[in-house]
Amino acid sequence: MQTMTTPAPPRAAASGPPPALVLAERGGEEIFLTLTVAGQSCAVPVLAVRDVLATQAITRIPLAPPEVAGSLNLRGRIVTAVDLRRRLGLPPREPGEAAMNVVVEQQGELYALLADAVGEVMPLPREGFAPNPPTLDPLWREISRGVHREDGRLLIVLEVERVLAIR
Amino acid sequence: MDDLLADFLTETHEGLIALDAALLRLERAPDDRPTLSEIFRLVHTIKGTCGFLGLARLEKVAHAAENVLGRYRDGTLAVTQDGISLILRALDAIRAIVAGLEASGAEPPGDDAALIAALDAAAEGEAPAAARAAPPAAEDAAPEAGGAAAPAPEAAASGPAPSPAAAAAGPTAAGPAAGGAPQTIRVSVDVLEDLMMLVSELVLTRNQLLQLARAQGDSALTVPLQRLSHITSDLQEGVMKTRMQPIGNAWAKLPRLVRDLGLELGKKIALEMRGAETELDRQVLELIRDPLTHMVRNSADHGIETPEERRAAGKPETGRITLSACHEGGQIVLEIGDDGRGLPVERIRAKALAQGLATEAELAQMSEREVLRFIFRPGFSTASRVTAVSGRGVGMDVVRANVERIGGTIDLRSREGQGTTFTIKIPLTLAIVSALIVEAAGERFAIPQIGVVELVRVGAGTDHQAPRVERIKDAPVLRLRDRLLPLVSLADLLRLERPRGTDAAAEERFVVVTQVGARVFGIIVDRVFDTEEIVVKPVAPILRHVTMFSGNTILGDGSVIMILDPNGIARATGVAGDGAGEESGSAGAAEDAAGLAATAALRSDAKTAMLLFRAGGEATPKAVPLGLVARLEDIPRERIELSGGVPVVQYRGRLMPLVPLSAGGWPAETAHGGGRQAVLVFNDRDRAMGLMVDEILDVVEEPLRIERGPAQRPGYLGSAVLQGRVTDVIDTAWWLRQAGEDWFAAPPAGAEGGARHAVGPRLLLVEDSAFFQHLVVPALAAAGYAVTAVGSPLQALKLREAGAMFEAIVSDIEMPEMDGFAFAQAVRGGGPWARLPMIALTARADPADAARGRAAGFTDYVGKYDREALLASLRECLAPPVALAAADPPGEEGHAA
Repeated sequence: MQTMTTPAPPRAAASGPPPALVLAERGGEEIFLTLTVAGQSCAVPVLAVRDVLATQAITRIPLAPPEVAGSLNLRGRIVTAVDLRRRLGLPPREPGEAAMNVVVEQQGELYALLADAVGEVMPLPREGFAPNPPTLDPLWREISRGVHREDGRLLIVLEVERVLAIR
Repeated sequence: MDDLLADFLTETHEGLIALDAALLRLERAPDDRPTLSEIFRLVHTIKGTCGFLGLARLEKVAHAAENVLGRYRDGTLAVTQDGISLILRALDAIRAIVAGLEASGAEPPGDDAALIAALDAAAEGEAPAAARAAPPAAEDAAPEAGGAAAPAPEAAASGPAPSPAAAAAGPTAAGPAAGGAPQTIRVSVDVLEDLMMLVSELVLTRNQLLQLARAQGDSALTVPLQRLSHITSDLQEGVMKTRMQPIGNAWAKLPRLVRDLGLELGKKIALEMRGAETELDRQVLELIRDPLTHMVRNSADHGIETPEERRAAGKPETGRITLSACHEGGQIVLEIGDDGRGLPVERIRAKALAQGLATEAELAQMSEREVLRFIFRPGFSTASRVTAVSGRGVGMDVVRANVERIGGTIDLRSREGQGTTFTIKIPLTLAIVSALIVEAAGERFAIPQIGVVELVRVGAGTDHQAPRVERIKDAPVLRLRDRLLPLVSLADLLRLERPRGTDAAAEERFVVVTQVGARVFGIIVDRVFDTEEIVVKPVAPILRHVTMFSGNTILGDGSVIMILDPNGIARATGVAGDGAGEESGSAGAAEDAAGLAATAALRSDAKTAMLLFRAGGEATPKAVPLGLVARLEDIPRERIELSGGVPVVQYRGRLMPLVPLSAGGWPAETAHGGGRQAVLVFNDRDRAMGLMVDEILDVVEEPLRIERGPAQRPGYLGSAVLQGRVTDVIDTAWWLRQAGEDWFAAPPAGAEGGARHAVGPRLLLVEDSAFFQHLVVPALAAAGYAVTAVGSPLQALKLREAGAMFEAIVSDIEMPEMDGFAFAQAVRGGGPWARLPMIALTARADPADAARGRAAGFTDYVGKYDREALLASLRECLAPPVALAAADPPGEEGHAA
């Protein structure tokens, strides 16, 4: 199937004006979107993000891997939702607790990463990066590109491709 | 201008532009194999197409260029700049000819001998010297040689002046382009895709608006909103339609291709196409068009033998290529088969070894099937000689690549001496299917209607009319009429949690009776909603391993819903086929009985039992052959319910549609009036429908002579005089169709050999070739005949002695022991068969033979194997067509596959 592959500029609805694409990689820093998953701060490269949506009606998919929360309709396209809490082995969301959808595209398919909250779009300087500590949970090591040190918090930088490599 | 030609011109223009770019790329990187292959294929396509359009000049140039490219591709000739220049000049020559073609509709005269000689010399490896000699000639053919991708009108104006037509067109260079402007335009699929997406959004927005308006009760908005709603629906439908095309569009050129190939190769080839109406996504269609053409061409060129070879092999002289398409189990299945010589397994093995594709040890371990699959490798061709048609090893690899590109699979089976069949399965992907929306444990799912046989309401404890789900140990089963249907619970299967407070056992539920191949099983669901046309979208790759779903879709209300795959469910539950097989056996026996009863009514010379009744408030009595009626019922009117506007009645555990035999439909208010309704019940396999009549009069047994009235009324065959009164004989087939079901589709797969309809004229086929029997019997059975085949006239005569009776005899002529002529004389000589229509089926259909056949007693003489002619002849012989099948011309053969 041929699907629409034109990469749309990210629409970061939750975080003010969308960053210009030219800013996405500037000098020694890359631009990320920060998320919170069960209290843990994470970051995904903003270039991978196509959309950020508020809570959506999600259809459960029986027999799907537990990480797959279901599918939702994004303007006529079917988006598969992956719950980052489950993907990261964190406790499930309380019933009724809203989730944000960070929509990413991989090989022409759209996926929504469910996070508790979406933070901001920000550049992260290269020097702040550290490789995954060897003691990190193997599940996390597998899907994280590394850790970014910030004042007061540590950001887990998620590798979208690996997050979606379920099974 | 010929449509074919216009298409060719469009394609060739695109091809030429692509070629220019590719050649320049090749010049920079002479070792670029993919580019080389691409160039080769493009030229091959141009050549192939003009070959069958009869464009000799173009074909010669393209063929010569292809020869050079072939050497490049095989690595036996080094790519040089001179060589590329030569190919480019050949392209310019092609372009000039194409421009002339566009202007005048015919190839402009001209001499390409020098260019072709240069190309041939280059192919022989003498490139430099010959190339220098070539330019003047090439210049001559193509004055615009320098300009890459010269626009066509320009070339036409300045190009081949000698053609008067071209000269006339010259001054108004825009003229031919405008005049020949096609009624269609090419639109990028991306644009359609975007449109589709926008329309989906529009639908959702519309729905939201409608909901808001309803909530507010604001009448000022109602009218414009309704208009918006209608326009949106129409728009949605229109956009959907832009993507769908019947596969017949891709086949349109094939009959001509086959005909021309037959002439060119000196072969007799018949092309049979089934299921041309099967709709495919436009994009899918485009992608399989060329592969299909390639495959048909291959079949004609390599598969079908010459008439002499076929005669020697004991086959009919005319080879057959069969194309069929159908939706099956959520896929589109295409079959391209021939009854030719089959693939030479040993040659393929040897070639694979020679090309180093496998070692001897590996080959020894491979099954024949695996060996055959080598033909899908690039550059693999077993044709020992290169013809203008094929044999260059381009084709099957392209076919495979194209099929796989759209997520399909290709497979083949081949028996040496018997033919080759390719099966292409294309996933539904974008195809629109009709699906049943069901609910289990609070979740909705779609079941493709294609596999659904019927719906049965089960379970509510108090309702004794509805059948109940019973359990054998833990396995749920349903007694459905006389069979025991294995059941699977959708909620259990998908491990859905039931909402608290619902008791699974006590509730009233539904069983979706589903057929997969020969297996029939029921899926238990909680609710059944509606059927909806859905656009199937593939599931995300991370869900591909869940085989229970064939895709997902977005419903009209904007929700995402999973599409169940009956195949996957059957596999997952291990619903075995053994039980189902037995059932179909017993059902077959029942059908035979019904068939005998019904066919007794068919012979125009015999007495026919007719049921007389009155209907539609008309005084004229109506009649129907009694053999067709399964039962007569008298139903209390209050039991008749309306379902989707159609009157139905719960009958033997299922809903039976009722069709009023009157012009005005069925007045719903009569339901409340009490009283009873007379119904004629018709049965076929496991379907039933009722014909509502006013009053049943009598059963009479009289010879039936139907006169077709001057004004043919739909639903009536004509009039006959029964019991001294003019009586309207109803066309049962027409009324059955009013019930909405396809009664004439052949039974689904698995009914091999027993593909008999409940009603249908009995035919005796006398044919010594088992192969031919296999060919004819299913075709006739699909058309509704009950066929008995015997291997020789002597066997046939034994049947006569045993008292067997038929409505017609179809016989071969050339048979050992006793030939068709002698057989016909024996039949006509006396006995119960003496007056039966006899149709001779023969490869020798010359007038002298036909005359001899008629003299021997044959009613008609049909060429072997002209299916249409045979069916037409049978229809004629068996008139008046009282029976279902005879009254219904076999236009439904698409379902027979």
